Amino acid sequence: MPSHHHKKNRDPHRSKHSHRHHVTPKQQDRTASTSEETRGVDDDDNSSLSVEREDTSSLSGNGSEVGSVESRDQGDGASAIEPSLDSAAVKWVGPVRAPLLSIKTEINIPLVLLTVVAMATRMWRLEYPNSVVFDEMHFGRFASMYIRRTFFFDVHPPLGKLIIAFGAYLGDFSGNFTWERIGADYPSAVPVWYLRLFPALFGSLLVPLTYQTTVELGYNHWTATLAGGMVLFENSLVTQSRFLLIDSFLLFFILATLLCLLKFWRLKHSPFSPSWWAWLAGTGAMLACACSVKYVGVFTVLLVGGMIFHELWTLIGDKRLTVHDLTSHFLARAGLLAVLPVLLYLLLFNLHLELANRSGPHDEMMTSAFQATLEGGLSRITKSQPVSIAYGSQITLRHTHGMFLGRPCWLHSHLSTYPVRYHDNRGSSAQQQVTCYSFKDINNWWIVKDPRRTTLYVDDPPKLIHHGDIIQLVHGTSSRALNSHNVAAPVSPYSQEVTCYIDYNISLPAQNLWRVELVDSADEGDTWKSIQSHIRLVHVNTTAALKVSGLQLPDWGFHQLEVVSDRLIQQDATVWNVEEHKYTQVDQADVVGNNEETFNQATYEDTMDDQPLMGFLGKFAELQWKMLSTNKELQQEHKYSSSPAEWPLMERGVAYWLHPRTNAQIHFMGNPLVWWSGVVGILGYVALLGVFLVRRRRACFDMDDESWQRYILTGELVLGGWVLHYVPFFLMERTLFLHHYLPALVFKILLLAVMVENIHTHVLRWPVHRHVFSALCAVWVTCIYFTYRKFAPLTYGNSDLSADEVTDLKWLESWDLLIQVL
Amino acid sequence: MGRGKQQNGPTQTAAAANGGRTLTKARHQGGGTPAELGLHVWGVFAAVVALTLGTRFYKLEEPDHICWDETHFGKMGSYYINRTFFFDVHPPLGKMLIGLAGHLTGYDGAFPFEKPGDKYGDTKYVGMRSFCVSLGSTVVPLAFLTVWELTWSLPAATLAAALLLLDTGCLTLSQYILLDPIMLCFIMGAVFCQSKFDSVSNRPFSVWWWVWMCGAGCFIALAFSVKFVGLFIILWVGLKTVSDLWDLLGDLTLPLLVIFKHFLARTVCLIVLPAAIYITCFAIHFHTLYKSGSGDGFMSSAFQSTLEGNKLYQANMPEDIAYGSTITLKNYRPAGGLLHSHWHLYPEGLGAQQQQITAYTHKDDNNLWIIKRYDRNPIAEDPVQFVKNGDLVRLEHVATQRNLHTHQEPAPITKRHFQVTGYGENGTGDINDIWKVEVVGGAEKSRIKTVRSKVRFIHYMTGCALHSHSKTLPKWGWEQLEVTCNPFTRDKNNLWNIEDHINNQLPNGTFAVYQPSFLGKLLESHAVMVQGNSGLKAKEGEVTSQPWQWPLNYRVIWWGNLASLAGAMLVFLVEAVRTQRGFVDPPPLAEKKCSTLSAARWMAMGWALHYLPFYFMGRVLYFHHYFPAMLFQSMLTAIMYDYFLLVVEHKTQPRIHRRIHQWGTAFIFVIILYSFYLFHPLSYGMFGPLADNETSPMYGLKWMESWEI
Repeated sequence: MPSHHHKKNRDPHRSKHSHRHHVTPKQQDRTASTSEETRGVDDDDNSSLSVEREDTSSLSGNGSEVGSVESRDQGDGASAIEPSLDSAAVKWVGPVRAPLLSIKTEINIPLVLLTVVAMATRMWRLEYPNSVVFDEMHFGRFASMYIRRTFFFDVHPPLGKLIIAFGAYLGDFSGNFTWERIGADYPSAVPVWYLRLFPALFGSLLVPLTYQTTVELGYNHWTATLAGGMVLFENSLVTQSRFLLIDSFLLFFILATLLCLLKFWRLKHSPFSPSWWAWLAGTGAMLACACSVKYVGVFTVLLVGGMIFHELWTLIGDKRLTVHDLTSHFLARAGLLAVLPVLLYLLLFNLHLELANRSGPHDEMMTSAFQATLEGGLSRITKSQPVSIAYGSQITLRHTHGMFLGRPCWLHSHLSTYPVRYHDNRGSSAQQQVTCYSFKDINNWWIVKDPRRTTLYVDDPPKLIHHGDIIQLVHGTSSRALNSHNVAAPVSPYSQEVTCYIDYNISLPAQNLWRVELVDSADEGDTWKSIQSHIRLVHVNTTAALKVSGLQLPDWGFHQLEVVSDRLIQQDATVWNVEEHKYTQVDQADVVGNNEETFNQATYEDTMDDQPLMGFLGKFAELQWKMLSTNKELQQEHKYSSSPAEWPLMERGVAYWLHPRTNAQIHFMGNPLVWWSGVVGILGYVALLGVFLVRRRRACFDMDDESWQRYILTGELVLGGWVLHYVPFFLMERTLFLHHYLPALVFKILLLAVMVENIHTHVLRWPVHRHVFSALCAVWVTCIYFTYRKFAPLTYGNSDLSADEVTDLKWLESWDLLIQVL
Repeated sequence: MGRGKQQNGPTQTAAAANGGRTLTKARHQGGGTPAELGLHVWGVFAAVVALTLGTRFYKLEEPDHICWDETHFGKMGSYYINRTFFFDVHPPLGKMLIGLAGHLTGYDGAFPFEKPGDKYGDTKYVGMRSFCVSLGSTVVPLAFLTVWELTWSLPAATLAAALLLLDTGCLTLSQYILLDPIMLCFIMGAVFCQSKFDSVSNRPFSVWWWVWMCGAGCFIALAFSVKFVGLFIILWVGLKTVSDLWDLLGDLTLPLLVIFKHFLARTVCLIVLPAAIYITCFAIHFHTLYKSGSGDGFMSSAFQSTLEGNKLYQANMPEDIAYGSTITLKNYRPAGGLLHSHWHLYPEGLGAQQQQITAYTHKDDNNLWIIKRYDRNPIAEDPVQFVKNGDLVRLEHVATQRNLHTHQEPAPITKRHFQVTGYGENGTGDINDIWKVEVVGGAEKSRIKTVRSKVRFIHYMTGCALHSHSKTLPKWGWEQLEVTCNPFTRDKNNLWNIEDHINNQLPNGTFAVYQPSFLGKLLESHAVMVQGNSGLKAKEGEVTSQPWQWPLNYRVIWWGNLASLAGAMLVFLVEAVRTQRGFVDPPPLAEKKCSTLSAARWMAMGWALHYLPFYFMGRVLYFHHYFPAMLFQSMLTAIMYDYFLLVVEHKTQPRIHRRIHQWGTAFIFVIILYSFYLFHPLSYGMFGPLADNETSPMYGLKWMESWEI
């Protein structure tokens, strides 16, 4: 890279590394003579690598003056390893006294420049377009919910939305915007700039992070600048950072994890020092953050876990370490990389639940006990109701775990009966239908009756119901008892039919006794309580449990959900709980349900007010379980969805936004040159690895041991990261979009940059080749910049393109750029 | 072989590899050659063979009705005897062998094999079963020999044989007309050859070296030609070969030329030879099945034209399409379906609720369409007018009289395409029924030829092209293939050809259909098989299972195997940590340990290769898919037992050691025998009521709730 020399000599404010470059000509001979493989070390970059090797490895034992001054100059990290060198040098020259008060600053100009330009590209006209773009609809809605402190349910963990909500809070957003459809204009009350600020900020910081990570991987600053530059001019990363989306947080935290991990390894010669602990804790914390933004972070956990396992394995092989040392190493990592992230993750969920603690539209997805902890909503209805169910209680029974088309359901009956014959010619009992109904209704009310008595009111004191007691359930409006018998159920013929019994005077006797079984009777005490107790109702005659099959009844059942009884008792579909609850008064025992006057305040003392609410861990467990099981259900194909196989070559983008009248549009797609070169980088790495491995096997060593270690580490961390953040998507059955590839893309860019250096240093042997290669790289980088410029209209959506211009940008037939017919 | 730590650098590993080779030699000399142990071992071996044949052939003709999948494979055997073409998701070898066995033993291919439970009556089915059971029986002696080869330990070899001999699942599976016994035999053969090959690796390029390598090559090819599961044994042999070559490469005393010769030899024996065998199987398959049969509809029109009895064989129908012709349209791609419609609507919520259009791989009257002018319905008096390239036409479904129609609603599955429906009454619809015919490579206004023209139907209003692919519709669409209108008109799945052509006004002519080459047929049948494999979904109420249940399922032997597997993993871990921490065993123990553990590691690898991939398979899985993995697991158990004895021998007093040796072996065999005794009624056919009943002999055998006995 010839241009390097000129630039460096002219610029006195170069970073520490340019200083290092300065002394390299002097350094060069020595390095070449001390290193074992004398190769043609006549290049700038290469010699800087050699210096680094001398600083950090024990090869530099024959301490040279230049070398030692050099290593002091470096200040951080490297010099700490060889303190004796410093002292030797100091003795000879005599100490230079430090000033009383001084601040030594180093400004890494490329790094600063990259950061500033990144900020500029990400934040330029941040408020444009002033309408809802793509998934802003979701995340904006969640931010409003936080502002209004309303509970909501989402499949992603809370951190990303919390950060966005913080931005909204800074911008004094009142939360009064409905986020109904993509493309809707924002009113002036919505602080668009503040909402989009944090995604843009984190997206900008991704650039210096990439730079620093490349440096920490052991590559030179040219490579780091290249990597940073490619992230900087990557259209997809720009687009994804400029809107109310959470991917830029995810990318930031993934890369920050990597950086902390590398910093941590840099300190492996001084284990258990404060900074060692700090970087280890930092790794854990960043990991937790990545996982708390999106579950893609779990792949990062796998990557870090694998690397740490590998490191521990090497430590085991180090015979200088005692078993005690090994245990400390293991415990330190377990504590800060497993326990700490889990705690942080829980903490964020706690924050989420504390902030969003009012009743909202998603309440009913949660169990009754969860809902009771939210302000307003269900708790307002239930708070003054009696707790313990007694004979004579009027109740609504909610199916605890089922969620059908996003709604819960309650045990229900109505006056219609089952049809005598189904369309497949099976017969039914023709008794009254029992269903599970997804809406609150007067027909959801049931009375708990003591089979030994005929009365329906609650005694004073109430006769409470315990685990194992036998009850009858009488339907409130029709006064018929819940019944089951050995007749095949309408839709699932392998289960039994459940009815409200009508006596037709035929050979079907009433079988209406049910045993109450508390699901976790040990925890909840012995009595059946409303809301807290999860129960099963086991039919006494047939020992089958009341269950919702999850299937819909046909027209005659008004498309409500089928209720059956199933001999397999131990399953989630058989669990119920009481939601609303009243005690029936003596004289009004036959009028039930709707009337506020029917329950008798005097007969009970314990109301829901005194009952302990569901604790944080219980709520967390329920929410987490719901999030994981809902994630699986997003399976529908979308117009712009794509399959993972299409990602590396970017065969499809996603249309984010289109101007209402013109062809100005925002289309999520990357810088094609970077994406396509990235594939070459990956193939190049693998091919080169194969060649090197075979040659080393035959005892041909192309690079020194340290470079080889670095090459391997790059493979494990960066290529491994790419694989881990990409391949699992092939196994996912949910709808996928191109932006799911972004974490893998960042790894791909890193690998591409370091491959450029590896080819330059380890493959090309002749200076001429290297110069040509450098020149080619310069051309290529320029092309990357111009490609970025070319696709900028699609990234920023600011220019009104003509149909021809749009067609011109359509480099691949499969890109769905939009052209409006005007 | 001693595969040391990688980071030690090449020289050390090379040394270790050398050590491994000398070790093999040492084992031959020190551990006692087969000749020395001679009679003893051969005696046991003979007993194993006798017992195997005894248990396997006992009550072979029972039950005398079709059992389970016999209905498929028996039927396919019959097809080979009758020479009629059929389609199956597995490669042909297994069924061909069954057919051959049936043919040789006098079965005439006339029995319909309709459904499980049908009585055989006079049909000569025993021959086919004997063939399968003979191949299934080889598994036991081969396991004995393999483990003997790997450990030179009689108890271990006997244990491996006993585990397979007395496993009732393995016994049952070999007794019927199924592909599995054939497959298991070939897998085991490959493992045996590979272990023999390892033993002679110190004498490269000797006769036996070539023989065993070619043997391994043949067996992997045969296994793969029976079922695609054979891929895993290919992987196993492949990995072993790669590791072998890697060791050779690290041996710096060998010149590159020798290594290249090694490499070349393996390429020939393990890649070229198997590929040749595999392709030969297909050649025989195509050659044998020359008559039209049940599988025609799965294949392209060109393929069908090679089948005797098919309408397209020496095609005899009008060649040029005219208005008013009744035609069927075949999607021009491997495994493409015929354009189809039926009296069912798209369900609510998925586009317009109009009549479904699908692609169907079976021949059926609902595949018939009439081609009409775009502007009016045909009248009988019309003169014959040919359809030309670029014409606007409408297609009317014959059975329901609705027109092929599309509009700007997303298709049911592929949302980025448009929905295609059947629309209109009695052939009258709207402007969205108009399609433009485009012949690929056809001149302007040229006529459209039956079979030979590749046609695109471009929708006149939206500009999208009629499209079909391998995605199947859910239950509401009868699991037929989705048909959409694709805005990307140059997609290669947008091409169709006319397969049947009926027009009474035109004279029938004979014309030559371009016949596909052998390679074309081979590739096409593979594409069809791949699609068929992914389309296998569980029907309701069928006995399917999840991979994680398999090792848990059934019988003592399986639980024993599972325990030994866990034990093996633990031992591997402990040994790895010991090596990493630099512990060194005394030389004799270290060498024995090294070879035993290496054998165990490869067996564990075999198990993993035959088991773990099932977790990633979308298709329906049955319990019998576990049996190949179980072979490896049994041998692993035996080898781990040998390892246990080895460690005991070196760590305890001789007296105690001998006692443990004797009592341990006796104990294990008693347990295995007892479990066989308990479960043997299962394999020799059931009698009495179901297991729920207390009087049944099965009562108490239902150890896990999920077993269906």
